[in-house]
Amino acid sequence: MNLLNELTLKLAECQVQGHTFNCLPIKGEQEVLRVEVSGLEELPIFMTVTESQILCISYLFTKEEIHQERENELNQYLLELNLPMPLSSFAVVDGYYVIFGSLATVSKFDSIVQELITLASNSTDTLQALEEFIK
Amino acid sequence: MNIITKLLTAIRGGAREIGEAVVDTQSLRIFEQEIHDSKANLAEAKQGLTEIVAKKMAAERQLKEVQEQIAENENYAIKALEKNDETLALEIATKIASLESKAETQKIDLATYEKNADLLKSQIQEAEKIIADHERELAIVKTRNSVHQATKSVTQTITANESSIGSARESLERIKQKQQAEEDKLQAGVALKKEMEGDSLEQKLKASGIKQEKHSAEAVLARLKSK
Repeated sequence: MNLLNELTLKLAECQVQGHTFNCLPIKGEQEVLRVEVSGLEELPIFMTVTESQILCISYLFTKEEIHQERENELNQYLLELNLPMPLSSFAVVDGYYVIFGSLATVSKFDSIVQELITLASNSTDTLQALEEFIK
Repeated sequence: MNIITKLLTAIRGGAREIGEAVVDTQSLRIFEQEIHDSKANLAEAKQGLTEIVAKKMAAERQLKEVQEQIAENENYAIKALEKNDETLALEIATKIASLESKAETQKIDLATYEKNADLLKSQIQEAEKIIADHERELAIVKTRNSVHQATKSVTQTITANESSIGSARESLERIKQKQQAEEDKLQAGVALKKEMEGDSLEQKLKASGIKQEKHSAEAVLARLKSK
């Protein structure tokens, strides 16, 4: 059984810090697991397992969704926010502003769950904090 | 050009398939093969180094033995000279001369071993650095590729099923609504608690007779009597 399948089964049964996890596998060239953390469902997390890492990404908004004239200002803020924000980082992928965290493939299940909760919380907080930049 | 510079150039050029733009799948395989071969060569070089170091140690031991023999024979020669035995002294001197020539050859061998060992060591260091660099580059390219593929799968899902993520504005509104609902629930809870606390105070006041029931039978009677 691959790691992603194993995680899906374990996540479906666990409850941590009052959160449960709703998982939906997405088939494709690269298998992806869509995870909704209960209480923070608005911004689901997309999980990918590669040779070197477990990558968790939450999609915040597209470039088109922000006020164009404030793009530079937003980018500057995100760079400055990157370091103080615990465990998650910002990136731009295919026109999407994302927030992500990565773990070693040998990570314990507890660490992965912690990452999911932290990432979902960080992305929800970030989206609210950056509301003024969104159209 | 280092791998990060290559990636940046590809991004600047607007390459969608950045991993592919830097190294195509075929060259990726060749690259992996090169790393594999380098590792095999490295293992061979390390084996070679072990052998040379062993030979060097043996040569050092042999040289020491010969030098000890020279010292020993020099003692014998001096003693023979003291006894005025010229013939014996000459015989010993001949042996010393041959030992000295042997030591000379051994010193040359030893220097060669040392030189080879140093050369191999620096080659091994260089190879290890190259392999580490290549593996890091390969990891970056592979990560970029799988992230790209994963993103492709995700965005396809998002576009196929609009409600899957929705716009940032919609998400924001939903988050706000939920937080408002939670806040309302909290407020309602506080209000309810206050009400219940108020109720119990009222009951206590009535029980102690401080506060009279407005519609008690006594009050009605008293009102009727006063008419």
